[in-house]
Amino acid sequence: MPDGWKKAIKPTLLVAVLGVAALLPWVGLEKYQLRVLTLAMAWAIAAVSLNLILGYTGQASLAHGAFLGIGGYAFGIFAERMGWNFWPALLVAGLIPALLGFLVGLPSLRTKGPYFAIVTLCFNVIVFKVFENWTWLSGGYQGQRVPKPTFLEQRWARYYFMLAALVLVLVVVRMIVKSLLGVTFMSIRSNENLAEAVGINTFRYKLLSFTVSCFMVGLAGALLALENGHLDYTITSYTYSFNLLVYVLIGGAATLSGPVVGALGLYYLLEYIEKVVGEYRYALFGLLLIVVIIYFPRGVAGGVQQLWDRLKRWWAGRKAGEVVGG
Amino acid sequence: MTFFINQLIIGIQLGSQYVMVALGLTLIFGILDISHFAHGHMYMLGAYLLYILMELAGVNYWLALPLCMVALALGGVVVERLVYRPLRDQPHINTFIAAIGLILFLETMVRAIQPKALSVSKPIDKVFSAGGVSMEAQRLIVIVGAALLVIALHLFIKRTRLGTAIEAVAQDREGAALVGINVNRISLLTFAIATALAAAAAVLMAPLAFIAPEMGSVLILKAFVIVVLGGLGSMQGAIVGGYLLGILEAMAIAYLSSTYKDVFAFAVLILILAVRPTGLFRGRE
Repeated sequence: MPDGWKKAIKPTLLVAVLGVAALLPWVGLEKYQLRVLTLAMAWAIAAVSLNLILGYTGQASLAHGAFLGIGGYAFGIFAERMGWNFWPALLVAGLIPALLGFLVGLPSLRTKGPYFAIVTLCFNVIVFKVFENWTWLSGGYQGQRVPKPTFLEQRWARYYFMLAALVLVLVVVRMIVKSLLGVTFMSIRSNENLAEAVGINTFRYKLLSFTVSCFMVGLAGALLALENGHLDYTITSYTYSFNLLVYVLIGGAATLSGPVVGALGLYYLLEYIEKVVGEYRYALFGLLLIVVIIYFPRGVAGGVQQLWDRLKRWWAGRKAGEVVGG
Repeated sequence: MTFFINQLIIGIQLGSQYVMVALGLTLIFGILDISHFAHGHMYMLGAYLLYILMELAGVNYWLALPLCMVALALGGVVVERLVYRPLRDQPHINTFIAAIGLILFLETMVRAIQPKALSVSKPIDKVFSAGGVSMEAQRLIVIVGAALLVIALHLFIKRTRLGTAIEAVAQDREGAALVGINVNRISLLTFAIATALAAAAAVLMAPLAFIAPEMGSVLILKAFVIVVLGGLGSMQGAIVGGYLLGILEAMAIAYLSSTYKDVFAFAVLILILAVRPTGLFRGRE
């Protein structure tokens, strides 16, 4: 394979995927399917956000379900009850989770590994209980209505808006990852003590990564609420923290495409197998999780990468063989 | 005052349950370094097995107790062998994911088979009372039963060769392997003991509460809080922490709010970690 081709593969794929995504509303998809796709993209945004702290910085947050719900509620409450405009309400939906994330990060990011996961999970349970019981805040069982701005009343408009948001979030994460900041994050992930030893204030960078991640997941929550048009307290459940974690790890942590593939793929898979196995779908999902984590610990994107590397080695080996043989 | 004493009794009884679950968890988490989040769901299985034995098969409560413990010990062995053993040298987060998978699997299966909450009858349906202080017989059974099991576990770890081997693995896995201890077997044994303890807790507690598929999820998180605050791998820490949390909760329910009874432990954890990131007691590093 000539070098020029190899370099062209990734951009071509990217353009192809984006092109297909842009054309989807016009190929006669049912309304329902467009809606599922839009919702799946909101989950993908949330998964990409989690990937920043989990995949790149190596801290397994189990509070992202809570921050997702808080973002959604912030948007719903400011847009509906306070009558704010769309954009400022969206900004608040990012800022409030970011602020809370910062405050929760202060004590919890001093702990490491599984402890951080436990502390954040505890926070998520607290948030869930508060939303469950404080009906003024959550609207109780009736929930909270979420208004749609006029320019997003059309289904296809919301689809494109979500697609644009997903691309934007991916671009931002890519910029972070390719910068010195991203390298710093990843150094914390690979060896926190070493990073500390070479003079990186690991706590401050973990806090930064966590806060940014919470900001983005809050936006995802707002977009999810927007598409649903409605919210209830179950959106803050830690089940969603687990789901997001699974999307990221099955898709492939610390890759750009991984969380997107994981979120879209698994969201669809769950929608699909619900029709086939009904209530048992989460049991299948659980088994799948165990099998994947044992046999493909780097997830789908990681697995493809592994395969690709092996293919490249094989190609290089063949060429080398030709040279020697010739 | 009698109200206070009644609450104290409830607290000790709640604490007994926490101690049994947290002890098992501290063995698994502290000694084997596995964050076994599905431990609470093994507890849940224990309660369901009790229901099957008592209400469907007509087995006596006191016979059902050891039966459940043995069955769940085997269950723990299966989980260790099939789920956690293949992940031993993987990053921590992977065992965590496997545990979540196990939780989803167990909870969904149980809920799909029996969606309704169940209950079992009390083996001794009596209330003792003296001077305004009253106590249900079952609460006494929980408190005494837990105390006996904890003492038995302590004697096993400190006084038998196998128990010493567990301690050796806890202190230094490679060193233990070097002197000829079969680490794999110790790992299985630890899971068996821990899960049997969880089953005992479930059997003792079941007559006092509903049996539901999600009963283990908040409990396991509380057990993690106890283990983290009590010092990783420290049995004393788990015992003291478990009773303290039970009493604290009973008092909080009585004097503060029962709506938020399940979140005090978590708020306390976050507050304490804000002040002391290493927990209250120093455990194994």
